[in-house]
Amino acid sequence: MSAERVINAAGREVLTEINGVPAVPYQGVGAYKPSGRKAAPPVSSCADYPSDGNKVLPGLREALINAGLRDGMTISSHHHFRNGDLVANQVFDIAAELGVKDLRWFPSAAFPCHEPLIKHLESGVIHHIEGSMNGPLGDYASSGRMRGLGVLRSHGGRYQAIQDGEVHIDIAVIAAPTSDPFGNCNGVNGPSACGGLGFALADSQYADKVIVVTDNLVPFPCVPWQLHGNHVDSVVVLDKIGEPEKIVSGTTAITKSPDRLLIAELTARFCDAAGIVRDGFSFQAGAGGTALSFAIFLRDMMRERRIKARFVRGGSTRYLVDMLEEGLTDYILDGQTFDLAGVQSMRDNPRHIHSNPFVSYNYHGKGNVASMLDVVVLGATEVDVQFNANVVSHSDGRLLHGIGGWQNCLFSKCTILPIPSFRDRIPVIVDQVTTLCGPGELIDVIVTERGIAINPLRQDLIDATRNSGLPIRPIEAIKDEVESMCGGAPDKPRFIDNYIAAIKWVDGTVIDMVKQV
Amino acid sequence: MNSRAEAGRGGKNVRSDCLVAIELLDSGGITIDLRSKVETLYGRSIRAMVEEMLAFYTITDARIVVEDSGALPYVLAARIEAAIRRLRPEETREFLLPTRPGIALSTARDRLRRSRLYLPGNDPKLAINAGIHEADAIILDLEDSVAPAEKDAARLLVRNTLREVDFMGAERMLRVNQGAPGMEDLRMLIPQGPNLVLIPKVEEAAQVRDVHALIEELRQRHGIAHDIHLMPIIESARGALFAYDIATAAPSVVALAIGLEDYTADIGAERTLEGRESFWMRGAVLNAARAAGVQAIDTVFSDVNDMDGLYASVREAASLGFDGKGCIHPRQIAVVHRGFAPTEADMEKAKRIVLAFDDATRRGLGVVALGSKMIDPPVVKRALRTIDLAVRSGVLSQTWKEEVQA
Repeated sequence: MSAERVINAAGREVLTEINGVPAVPYQGVGAYKPSGRKAAPPVSSCADYPSDGNKVLPGLREALINAGLRDGMTISSHHHFRNGDLVANQVFDIAAELGVKDLRWFPSAAFPCHEPLIKHLESGVIHHIEGSMNGPLGDYASSGRMRGLGVLRSHGGRYQAIQDGEVHIDIAVIAAPTSDPFGNCNGVNGPSACGGLGFALADSQYADKVIVVTDNLVPFPCVPWQLHGNHVDSVVVLDKIGEPEKIVSGTTAITKSPDRLLIAELTARFCDAAGIVRDGFSFQAGAGGTALSFAIFLRDMMRERRIKARFVRGGSTRYLVDMLEEGLTDYILDGQTFDLAGVQSMRDNPRHIHSNPFVSYNYHGKGNVASMLDVVVLGATEVDVQFNANVVSHSDGRLLHGIGGWQNCLFSKCTILPIPSFRDRIPVIVDQVTTLCGPGELIDVIVTERGIAINPLRQDLIDATRNSGLPIRPIEAIKDEVESMCGGAPDKPRFIDNYIAAIKWVDGTVIDMVKQV
Repeated sequence: MNSRAEAGRGGKNVRSDCLVAIELLDSGGITIDLRSKVETLYGRSIRAMVEEMLAFYTITDARIVVEDSGALPYVLAARIEAAIRRLRPEETREFLLPTRPGIALSTARDRLRRSRLYLPGNDPKLAINAGIHEADAIILDLEDSVAPAEKDAARLLVRNTLREVDFMGAERMLRVNQGAPGMEDLRMLIPQGPNLVLIPKVEEAAQVRDVHALIEELRQRHGIAHDIHLMPIIESARGALFAYDIATAAPSVVALAIGLEDYTADIGAERTLEGRESFWMRGAVLNAARAAGVQAIDTVFSDVNDMDGLYASVREAASLGFDGKGCIHPRQIAVVHRGFAPTEADMEKAKRIVLAFDDATRRGLGVVALGSKMIDPPVVKRALRTIDLAVRSGVLSQTWKEEVQA
């Protein structure tokens, strides 16, 4: 079969085959029904593993050779260290030394610290990357120099792709801040503690071979064991696996921008006016400065009125930890951890629930946490007048971000995007998004410094906030105002007619594709 | 004559501005070297503006470098014009973009002036969204926040700002220099119809009269229909002594403001948080303002991270009788408004007095009584003022009397 260009249900042109694998065009929210059974790794036997439980090998090189590393394999890693990961680059350095070619790197996310991998893409060690493309890797892919197509998935979509057998991992390399010789491991203890290890759960369950890399080997049992050594083939001890201070990747400080503080405040007031802030509610606010500031305004509101949340979905930050300790929420559900106060609290406070993309986000399961949330606030690079949003590319078409849990969170009861209506001279509210990541029907409210736009599909929210005194306006009016300031509608990016990446929807279908710039 | 000049700001940390360099050549036509973060979206539009402006100033051979950090069109135009005027000091023609409709409104003499947000005149980034923070007024500052060498560029930027930026109902104020440079500021900017001019370091009535006369002349010449008010700033021992003369120097004076940094230096005292050193001066200026029938505006609170300190300072100013306070950060505005709003207790008391007053008036009684207590006319006057402020601050409904009766 060869790749054809077809128009999907969102009106976007997509390919029917991606990196040689058939791909289903997006069919609409909830329209695509999967069939068949889940994938599974090969059956193993205890007879092939040391009965004393000691799976430690002398080095990463030996472990990769032991795992049968060869041309064309898929190698996965996780991003709990965010921009402080020291392991993924080493894996491909070793592959290069061994003369291995055409690997597919399948990280749960990539960061600017992975820029050195560009040399392995250039030399052919890595064929292509399927994962978020931040910074230098995004620019590299956008320039059309990567051989395969980049495939961007949400956190839930990554779990779904592994579970459904769409992506088969040959070797998972899991950096774990603490492990025992059997491979039971966690992220909360040790000098490189990063919080949870949830993003590596699918990798541990479904990969053919699993290597745990640690810099803190403890005697059996490793407590708690967030990942089970029963999935693990070998354990490797290195001097240092990550720089935990860099898990704070610059996105986790409260904003000082007065405009963004105003947006955060309006968002909190909107939630209040809409009746969302009440005893037993739940919310998720990401790590961006505006989202964090929103959480602070919400906290003050909850304090004043003695309202308590049942749960908050992290990543934990010291602000959420403060709320937990103050009794403003019963629990925090942690996906990843955004600062060291969050890591410490996960270690010491039993009211953290160490979650993972399976429980939180996976669309091909029997429900998930994201859809139970009362309100979620998320970012976006662009939103259009149909409320469609883009999180992966600049307005000029270059890839810049991963999807993260963003798509998965759109299923909450109320999804709010607090965003500036323009950045410098870059309109954020536009007539049509450059890259479609989230369909407008799932995006309920846009809060900008120039007014709040409510999706006409949410008549309930429109009614609830009618007499709130909040600056509620049609999204078109905000777009027109922004364009009148920026000097008219912006020109569209001129792409080279060559696809460089696919954007997957939460169900594995292709919602949009990105072209070369 | 120079053949090369530049204006604006460029570099990694600059946002919403641009650096324009123009080099006049003898031949070769126009070449534009554009480096912009919005090249894809607005590169065409930026080049078109450069070409249009060069044609307007009849420049036919030049090399123009634009290092753009996302400048809006009015900023870009101001920077290009500044560079051209630096090449041609005798140039008087102004390149004016269309005025945004509906932004140049007139303002009443006695409108609320609780908060006024200072914006450095030569920095576009802070001005673009200033209106969303709902200050009673914004001040485009051409005095202390602008380096002398950048005055020319700042004037052009402020001029374009007045024509383009919607401050969403905030009163549009200018702070100009004292003396001759200030007169230059006014010549360029009064035609754009600001609402109010702050005159710094005023020590005598004549300074105010000079400014008033020039503004009146410019208003007539340029057909500005609305009033342009004056707010002299008292910031010296001498100024404090002549405050009443200053407040009554011209009919356009609507308020006296104070500046304590210069004042404390002038009297040889250290500026302290509790401000005992300036207590006489603040009282003197307030008294002069009231005597002249104009508003009295307190100084700024300079620690932008201390919102509790700001609130205490606003409450103190309000209790002394001041009508407003300067703001140097948008987050101060809401705190200032809260501080000037009447308290719940004040409001309840004032309501009872006003209702008793209405009742007495209706029944033709000469004396207002609340229970067994007589209410003196000044108390009624203060209660009316409290109610007026409460309504205008948005803490009391305009129709509160009907609601009380219902």
